[in-house]
Formats: sequence, structure tokens, C-alpha cells
Amino acid sequence: MGRFIARRLLIAIPTLVAISFIMYAILALAPIDPLASFGADPRVPPEARENIRRALGLDQPWPIRYVKWFTAMLQGDFGISFMSHSSVTTLIAQRLPNTLAVVGVAYLVGIAVAIPIGILSAVRRNSITDHVVSTFAYAGFSVPTFFTGIVLIIIFTIKLRWLPFIYDSTLKITDLGSLGSQLKQSIMPIAVLGLFDAAVLTRYVRSEMLEHLPLDYVRTARAKGLGERVVVVRHALRNSLIPVVTLIALGVPAVFAGAIVTEQVFHVPGIGELLVRSIGNGDTPVVSAIVMIFAALVVVFNLVADVLYAVLDPRIRYG
Amino acid sequence: MGTKLWSRAFAVAAIAGLTFAACGSNAPAATSAPTSAATTAPTAAPTVASQRGAGGDLKILYWQAPTILNSHQSTGTKDNDPSRLVMEPLAAFDKNGQPVARLAAEVPTTQNGGVSADFTTVTWKLKQGVKFSDGSAFNADDVVFTYTYMCDAKTAASTFGACDGVKSVTKKDDNTVVVAYKESNPFYYQWGVGLNGPILSKNAWKDCLGEKAKTCPTDQKPIGTGPYKVKEFKAGDVILFELNENYRDANKPFFKTVTWKGGGDAAAAARAVFQTGDIDYAWNLQVEATIIKPMAAASDKAVLATPYGSSVERILVNRADPTSSLGDKRSEPDTKHPFLTDKAVRRALAMATDRNTVAQQIYGDGLLGKATCNILTAPEPMNSKNTATLDICKFDLNAANAELDKAGWVKGADGVRAKGGVKLEITYQTTVNAVRQKVQDIMKANWEKVGFKVTLKSVPADVFFTNTSPDGANKFFADIEMFTNSGDPDPTSYFLAWTCAQANGKAANWQNGGYERYCNPDYDAIFAQLKKETDPAKRNDLAIKANDLLISDVVVIPIINRIAPSPTAYSKALKGIDISPWDSEMYNIADWSK
Repeated sequence: MGRFIARRLLIAIPTLVAISFIMYAILALAPIDPLASFGADPRVPPEARENIRRALGLDQPWPIRYVKWFTAMLQGDFGISFMSHSSVTTLIAQRLPNTLAVVGVAYLVGIAVAIPIGILSAVRRNSITDHVVSTFAYAGFSVPTFFTGIVLIIIFTIKLRWLPFIYDSTLKITDLGSLGSQLKQSIMPIAVLGLFDAAVLTRYVRSEMLEHLPLDYVRTARAKGLGERVVVVRHALRNSLIPVVTLIALGVPAVFAGAIVTEQVFHVPGIGELLVRSIGNGDTPVVSAIVMIFAALVVVFNLVADVLYAVLDPRIRYG
Repeated sequence: MGTKLWSRAFAVAAIAGLTFAACGSNAPAATSAPTSAATTAPTAAPTVASQRGAGGDLKILYWQAPTILNSHQSTGTKDNDPSRLVMEPLAAFDKNGQPVARLAAEVPTTQNGGVSADFTTVTWKLKQGVKFSDGSAFNADDVVFTYTYMCDAKTAASTFGACDGVKSVTKKDDNTVVVAYKESNPFYYQWGVGLNGPILSKNAWKDCLGEKAKTCPTDQKPIGTGPYKVKEFKAGDVILFELNENYRDANKPFFKTVTWKGGGDAAAAARAVFQTGDIDYAWNLQVEATIIKPMAAASDKAVLATPYGSSVERILVNRADPTSSLGDKRSEPDTKHPFLTDKAVRRALAMATDRNTVAQQIYGDGLLGKATCNILTAPEPMNSKNTATLDICKFDLNAANAELDKAGWVKGADGVRAKGGVKLEITYQTTVNAVRQKVQDIMKANWEKVGFKVTLKSVPADVFFTNTSPDGANKFFADIEMFTNSGDPDPTSYFLAWTCAQANGKAANWQNGGYERYCNPDYDAIFAQLKKETDPAKRNDLAIKANDLLISDVVVIPIINRIAPSPTAYSKALKGIDISPWDSEMYNIADWSK
């Protein structure tokens, strides 16, 4: 197992180097320009633009820029944002807590909702409950999050005036009151994203359960006289969850990347919002840092998923 | 066993999820005492006596979030506006383009002797006793330092353009600064005033000159003389401002704190200000007119403001010959356009220009633009009242047809007019832009009704606005082109473009402003007077004369006065807002109240 992990990590290195090169090349060749936000503003004449380009190092050819950026990155330095002149690491560190508080919590909520509901709808197959759950699950992943987000805003913010829709990232949780405010401001984005995550996972849990419930070992367990709850939870569920757990592990990197659309709708200053705005502004140091962190997380969590698989299922052995 | 399995599976996600948003920040304690003797500034303030800090929190939403708080390093309005809560120029420009003293004790003019009669030197007397938010004193050294900073090419300031033509900025004494221009500059407020003019604290930025400017921590937490200082700033997200105890006016600002939120989109910003009232002030609400207008009309919370300045979308008529067979001589000023040099043809084009339909259907009927027949629309005293009644400013297809008939242009079997073998075939170019393509369609339909044949062409904006591309606006290898331009509060440099000397061509490396290659001694005479005249009322008359001549001679066909800077909405309870198209809309935030 140890050798397996070590080998996988070694393979990951060239993968990440290749990703960094391809990404940098795409960003360098794409028609995105950090000076585009000046538009045709006559206050900023071509001379001033040339100065800025030089100061940002954009006058050098991109392969040279790549080598410089890559060596700096190996030392943990993601560079300086073109737009804010502050360190990219600081920008990401400012935003990560917001993303985790909203997207991360939504992911947990989604999992917590999906597993019991998935089990329930599999156990009571073709019942009213199952149909209702299936309908919600299909609706959950068919309706885009920007739509559910706006619907929630119209109902709870504009009509009922219960919840704010502008996320306050400066809120510090110190007491019950501020915890309440945090819940109030994050409940809508969490609901929107949680519904989506839950919808996808519910379908998986349900189908895995349906596969296992008719199997012989379940019948044997029942024949032994075990109670229905024990049969479902201890026997069928444990085996059904193996692929689900893998799926959950593979979804974790996406949590770090944030939720681009939902963060935008609810003004949550998260990683996704930072990424999309940086792409729009041509702020390549920020874009490359986020992409690289995301790529590294995908590689790591793929490995985590494989390892978890082996841990959960003794039949699988990596050599 | 069961529990163990669960906990393993969820360990990673749980660790991630439980880290809540709770990043602390340590704001520096405000230790300095409020200034006792504040010099009173002449401002356009509401007359009600307001009390400093009585107004609680003011909430502002810019959906394009600010990323840097130094006007000289800004990448646009999103940064310029919040910077202005902290940093102030020598003077600001009000709604009418008139300078209002900020750090200057009084605005220098030719009348008070502050501006030399030849418009080359400007002597600024500074306010005394002004302190920066960190308690240090403001004086002439800071102004000179600002010049050193922004006019050094290595600093790469986005305000570098304001240094063009400035010879020097020198300290005369602690409270006097002299700005000298290389040559006569009728827009003598070019340096140190308005958007490009915020003054830096020498002490706070001394280590940020030249190459070090791009990694300057002060740009995230600026020190200034303005009514507010930055308590906390998260780039691209939020700024918390608190009032500057050292601000010179003891009664201002009214709002104790300002929360400046960024993010979301224009439609969400409109909802927050009109429908929920979460926000007091929202900028750049570029939302479909059919959505935002009813929203504004139904709102009991906020009003929509549509400020207008000198930004005009115009159609340029080429006097030179763009025919490709001319090769090197193409569009050179000494060539003559085969038919656009005929005034009747130009007049017909102008009469068949339906600017009202364009304004109503494409520019949201006043939301993003309104019809105009002036090439200079602002400042208001220079906005000509004479053009509205001209025949060429009225959309009239019959009159256009009659004009061409009279001039001997006869319609052929294909509906295209011709005379002496020359057909009225025009190529009409502009940038790739959904709005402009719709305008092109309207123009084409009407012009073809009076006997032109119109070929439309659209060029990507970054190619269009260059002097190198044969598809660019500068070379103008087409008959008609369309884009927007605007002027300074003083229109001299704007009007320069239509003088004979500015006619664009290869000799000028295609960098002159005279894209139409217009040359008229009468116009040059008016311009020569405008360059010299010191009396404001006479300057207004000259500007109107220049405008009227350009319109009646159909040098250029203005269509839309575009909104500047943008549609903004603010709470009905807010008082003192005076959005200036010439400066930051925050220029007078110290005077705002509720």
C-alpha cells in the first residue's frame, strides 16, 4: 500500500508539470488582456498602457514568463495579482473561508440529506416516497443553480424580507447573535448548492442500494432473523456505500474551487467568484494559482478515493 | 466498526467544512485627536448644518468590485471611486465641469491671477493646517511628490496621461505649488484636478516609486486627506471605511462608516437598491431598459440617476478618398472623396439619420443615451441651442431625397443614385458591438431609402482603435465610420481635431485627431481664438460657434449623447449627491447626508 501511494505521487509530478505548462500556454495565447478594463478610456493613452505592460512583465515572451512563474511557484510564491498588486496567496486565503463556509457546508448538508433519503427511496421502491424523492432529485439537478438562487432571493429577500442576499464576509462569529447572522446569510446559498449535491448523490445511493438489496447475502441476513434496520444499515448499506464514498472523495476538490454561479448570485466572495473575475480581468497570476491548486487537489483526492476504496473493500488490493 | 467507517469516509470533507469564515483583522487604533481649527472649504454643500459621524453606516455597492485603492494605479472607475473617499485632488470637477477647491485654498483662474494669461503656468495656493489621516501634515512637498510618482514612466501609473505636456511641478513655498506646461494649455486644470489628480502622501508612498510601485502595500491601505480612511480592505470583495478624525471640516462627514461591497452583477445591484433597500447607493446599473425602468418607477426606496457629459456617439464623414486602387495615396488629406465632398450628399445623409429611433429603441430612451445633434454637449453653457432647429438635424427622408434630386444625383434602376458615373456607394465601419450593429442596421435602412448603397463593416475594438490597421478608425479606409469620443471640461483639445493641421495621413503616422481630413480656414480662425481667449463667457460663445460650424458643414453627424459615467441609483433618503460626469461620482461624499 505504501509503495502504491508513493508511486502514484511520483506519477503525479509530471502530470502537474504538464498541466501547469498547458494552462500557462492557454492563458498566454488566449485573447485576455489585463489592460482590457481600461477599454477605450481616453484618459489612459497608449504610452501609459505600454508602461503598465512593462511594469507587469508582459513585454517578455510567454515561455520566459512561464519559467519565471514556475520557479517561483516551486518556492511557494504564486506572485502578485495584476489587479490588486497584493500577493495571490493572500487573496486566496481571504476567500477560502467563505467558500468553505458556504460550498463546503453545502456539500456536507447534501451528503447528510442524500444518504438517508437514498436509502429510504430504495427500501420503499415504487412507493409514493420513492416517486417524490425521484422527482425532487431530477428537479434538483435539472434546474440550474442560478435559477433556484434567484427564486429563493425573490421569495425570501424581496417578498418576505427574511434573509439578506448580500453576503457579508467581514462578519465575525463571536456569539449566538453573530452565528445567527451567519446562518441567515448563508442558508440560501447552502440550500441551493445542497439541493444540487443531494440530488446527484441521492440517485447514486438509491441505485447502489437497489443493486444490493436483492442479493443473496442480504437474503441470508434476513433468514438469520436479523431485524430489517440491521439488514439495511449494517449489511446492504455498507456495501452500497463503497462507490458513493469514492464519489464523495472525488467531489471534494470541487468544493475548494468554489461555486462560480452561486457565489456570484449571493455575492459570496469565494474562490469561484475570484476565479471568474480574474479570468475576466486577465489577472493571470490569480487564475494560474487557482488552477494549479485545483489540479493538485484533483490528483490528491483521486489517490484518496483509490485508497479509501481499498480500505473499505478488502477484496481490492493494490500492489 | 460502523462508526469508524463513517468517520473515515467523512474526515476530509468535515475538516474542510468546519473551518468557518472568521478571519480577524487588526485595524490600527485611531489615536490622533480631531483637529480643532478646520479651515472651511467653499463647497456645493447642502446648507443644513450636519454633525460629524451622526449618520451611521452608508452602504455602497459596486458590482465590479474594487481591487486597489490608489487612483494612480487604478484600472477603472471601480477603483477610482472608493479611492476618492481617502485621497483628494487639488480641486474636483462638479457637474458643470467647474473646478471646486479641495486641497487648494482657492481655485486659480486667469481672473485671480493664478493662471498666467498665456495659459502656461498655474499657481496653486494650498489649504493650511490640513492633516493626513495618520496625523502627518500636508504641504507642497506632497504635491511635488505626486508629480514625481505619477509622471515617472517606471511607476506605470494609469494617470500618466495627465503628465503629457507638463513641464514641471515645483514648490514655491510650503503652501504654494506651480504647475508649468510646456506650451499654452487652455485646459490648465489638466494636472492635479479631478480623476487624475489625487494627491499622495509623500511619507506613505516614499518607498513606492518607480519599479516598487507595483508591489506597494500602501495601495491597499491608502493614507489621505479625504473624509474617510480604510479600516479593512479585502481586494475584490469589501472595503470598510471609517471617518477620518483629521478631516479638515469639523462637521463632516455625516456618515460615520461606509461599507463598500463589491460583487454580483448589475441586475442584483438594481434589486438591492430598488427592491430590498439593503443598499444606499449602487453604481453602473447597465440593465435592460425594459427591466430597470419599471423597477425604478415602482420603487419607494431609491431613484435612478442618469448623468450626462460630453460623451457623444458620432458618425464621421470621410473627406479624403478611401478607394483602394489609390494604393499609397489612399485616404491621404490631399485626395478628394468622389462624392462626400459634395455638401448636398452629406446633408442628405444627415437628414436621413434617425437618431430618435436609435435613442428610444437601442439606448433605452434616456437610460443609456439621448439623441443629440451637437458634437459638444457639455459643459452645459457650451451646449449649442442653435442646432435643434436646423433642417439637417431633423429626420426627414423626403427632404433628403429632394436635396439629392436638386444636386443632380439621379436614382438608377437599382435604386442607387449616381451622377457622372459616380455611384453613391458607401462603406460604413464601426467596432464589433451588439449595440453598434443595431444602429448600423437602422442607418443603412434609411440611407438606402434615399438612394445610397450601404455596405456594413464591423471591426474588433482593439483593431479598430489603432493607427496601424487598415481597418482602423485612424486610417479610415471607408466612407463613413462610427464611434464615441468625449472632451475635457475645457473643449480646446477636443476641437483641435478638426483643424487643417490635424488632417490625418501617413505623414502624421496616422496619429492625428482629424480623421475626417476636414480643412476650413473659418474653423481654424474660430479655433485660434479659442486657444487664446481668457474670458469664460466668450469661450462659451466660441465653443458653440465651432460646434455649429461642424454640424452645419456636416463634418460629423452626432447621434447619441451617451450616459457618463453610468446609470446610478441611490436611496431617496440620501441628500447632497451631485454626480459629475467629469470626475468621480464620489467627489463630494463629505457633503452627503441623510
